[in-house]
Amino acid sequence: MTAMHNSARIDARAAEAADSGRSGPDLAELCRRAARAVARGAARTARGIRWYMSGLMGDDAYAVYVAHQRRTHPGAEPLTERQFWRQKMDDQDRNPGARCC
Amino acid sequence: MTAPSPTQPPVAVSDDDHARQARWTPLKIAIWVAIALLGGVAWVMLALVRGETVNAIWFVFAAVCTYLIGYRFYSKVIERYITRPDDRRATPAEVRSDGKDYVPTDRRVLYGHHFAAIAGAGPLVGPVLAAQMGYLPGTIWIIVGVVLAGAVQDYTVLFFSMRRGGRTIGQMARQELGRIGGTAAIIASLLIMLIIVAILALVVVNALGESPWGVFSVAMTIPIALFMGVYLRYLRPGKVTEVSLIGFVLLMFAIIGGGWVAGTEWGQAIFHLDRTTIAVGIIIYGFVAAVLPVWLLLAPRDYLSTFMKIGVIVMLAGAIVLVRPEISVPAVTIFGENGLGPVFAGPLFPFLFVTIACGALSGFHALIASGTTPKLVEKERQTRFIGYGGMLMESFVAIMALVAAISIDQGIYFAMNAPAAATGGTVEGAVAFVNSLGLTGSPLTADMLTGTAAAVGEESIVSRTGGAPTLALGLAHIMQQALGGQALMAFWYHFAIMFEALFILTAVDAGTRVARFMLQDSIGAWFPKFRDVSWRPGVWICTAIMVAGWGTILILGVTDPLGGINTFFPLFGIANQLLAAIALAVVMAIVAKRGPSYVKWLWIVALPLAFTAVVTVTASLYKIFSPVPAIGYWANHVKYRTALESGDDTLGTPEVIGAVIRNTAVQGTLSIIFVTLAIVVIVTAVVVTIRAIRAGGGEETEDEAVPSRRFAPAGFLPTAAERALEKEWEPILADERRETARRGH
Repeated sequence: MTAMHNSARIDARAAEAADSGRSGPDLAELCRRAARAVARGAARTARGIRWYMSGLMGDDAYAVYVAHQRRTHPGAEPLTERQFWRQKMDDQDRNPGARCC
Repeated sequence: MTAPSPTQPPVAVSDDDHARQARWTPLKIAIWVAIALLGGVAWVMLALVRGETVNAIWFVFAAVCTYLIGYRFYSKVIERYITRPDDRRATPAEVRSDGKDYVPTDRRVLYGHHFAAIAGAGPLVGPVLAAQMGYLPGTIWIIVGVVLAGAVQDYTVLFFSMRRGGRTIGQMARQELGRIGGTAAIIASLLIMLIIVAILALVVVNALGESPWGVFSVAMTIPIALFMGVYLRYLRPGKVTEVSLIGFVLLMFAIIGGGWVAGTEWGQAIFHLDRTTIAVGIIIYGFVAAVLPVWLLLAPRDYLSTFMKIGVIVMLAGAIVLVRPEISVPAVTIFGENGLGPVFAGPLFPFLFVTIACGALSGFHALIASGTTPKLVEKERQTRFIGYGGMLMESFVAIMALVAAISIDQGIYFAMNAPAAATGGTVEGAVAFVNSLGLTGSPLTADMLTGTAAAVGEESIVSRTGGAPTLALGLAHIMQQALGGQALMAFWYHFAIMFEALFILTAVDAGTRVARFMLQDSIGAWFPKFRDVSWRPGVWICTAIMVAGWGTILILGVTDPLGGINTFFPLFGIANQLLAAIALAVVMAIVAKRGPSYVKWLWIVALPLAFTAVVTVTASLYKIFSPVPAIGYWANHVKYRTALESGDDTLGTPEVIGAVIRNTAVQGTLSIIFVTLAIVVIVTAVVVTIRAIRAGGGEETEDEAVPSRRFAPAGFLPTAAERALEKEWEPILADERRETARRGH
């Protein structure tokens, strides 16, 4: 998410720079800038949705685990992605979580 | 608690900044006055203005404005006086961080996660059935109930479980209420789980009976889930969204294909099944699914159902706002006044409040709010957003289900929801029955029923009880106006049936697993081998016992001569609300033990507890003692028994009479057990609470406080002070993120 914030800030700065530029850029230039801004906005939204969905669905579970392992056990080799998911599923077999009505 | 390291930025917003944030500015006042006015106008339109019709948009405004006010004001009262979170304390996710079960999770992601876990078919079914009393009673209960009861339960249970390392509600009950109260709470949750699984399965069976299209597309979810499981296990581990997208596309093909299959002769021959056959199928499925490894069936279907849940809810909300259907159902129908409606019998108080459980107050949430979610909370103050806010969203789903149900013609609604015992299951019978009800508006015609059935690709829509078909019709009715027109009516109908079935089958599978787990744990007290969850015979025996338990109730419901849903659904609601009473009782005991400064505010918990206790106990007493056979289980039992003994055959054949005698005995016995267990738990909790108040507090059962070393905003949008702090933390977080990104890809 904060990655999103960062790029948002950079975009805002770029837009500012564009606004305070020379007076009277031609129409084509303005259109190009507008198109770029829209494209950037769309890309940012897409990144946001992607970030949200991967967090919600759990795509990033392995990355989170590895980052945690690296921080807490720097020497040890973490499980591979395949091993990690197997273990995760086995844990769920042992300790089922409820789903609501 | 020691101070955090001096080199680190602060881990919580300071009290001064909080005070500054809380100050009222003219702009803030203007915004909240506007929200209050809009909400007030919406409520006036719904409750007081009596026109021919009312526009559905007023439901949306009334709900959203009330939620905003409840969230901004009431949940902050709870935060200030009951939970009193402290962001300087680390949450279990931070203290026990293991990268797997305990992971500090972004609050917005966790909100979605928590919502997907609490919301299922429940909020889609109850409001539909309650619509027989008119739209107003249900709307008031769903919206006011969630603000004062449902969201309070979810929030407090989440918070107190988080303070106890994510302990489950059963464990907390044992710890706070002692042996008797705790044991009663655990037995009650086990029985309640069985009832809930059985009734949900009954809803699916009723939706799929004699519907080859529905049976085909729902059956296809099994191979699709198996494929997704294998894909994730062997082909591309961890690509969850990717495989869910693939699964979603396959699902769409399954729905479209269902229409084609149902049109062929072989399709009719294979997939045209009666309800008893489908019930047996679901029982076998339930057993197999619960003993198969999680990765093969449960996990992939769970992904699919989360994906569909979020998508469908966003879509339905958009369509309601876009289409803004006119509602012609009266605010309160004659059945709201006399309590003798065909969908379920019993006076508005208490039966409205047990018919709509999920969406207003759902005890089952206590099982989710304790256990999984508290282990993922990043900062203590976020529990208000996740717990209270998550439940508000479920309530909104219930409101949308209600709007969908009342957007269809009233005559069609009653023809679909009256039991076959009343309509005879035929179009002529349904027309005669519905027109004898004395409804307002134009009379029902046979053409309306056959035309609607043809439009949704079903043989008949008469007596398709259970709520799911009605909701599907309402949803199809709204969606086709937004997208696709009449031609897509059948697609949307089966799309809705499919996603409800998807939620319910996931709940059946997961519920059986959890119930089995609880049983293994209980038997393990005498035979320790049963606690070993990798010992297969133990798993099979306990699964079989649990499946036999809900399967029996399911079969009784399917073969019930009086209808099934109308006689069994009250048990579902009562069970769910009793679990809420148990959860709130545990919370009350915890709050009282926190000390004298909490006693003055104990009413925040005691109020919903007293309400749900009165509702469920009254409803149970009606079901046990009412002399009216349509309401009281035992009264009906005696009526049929007398008929059998006197050889009177006006009530049906001896088999029919025998079935009613058996069913009413089961229902009556379950009512007695539920109410007894609930009274034991509530009385124990009241005793514990009074003792704690007298003693000026009680034993501390929270985990030891550990200083936090991280920061994150509390609500959906960060405040100015939180943004400033986030900025200070940015370099540290950027390091962590780089690490995650580097390792992840």
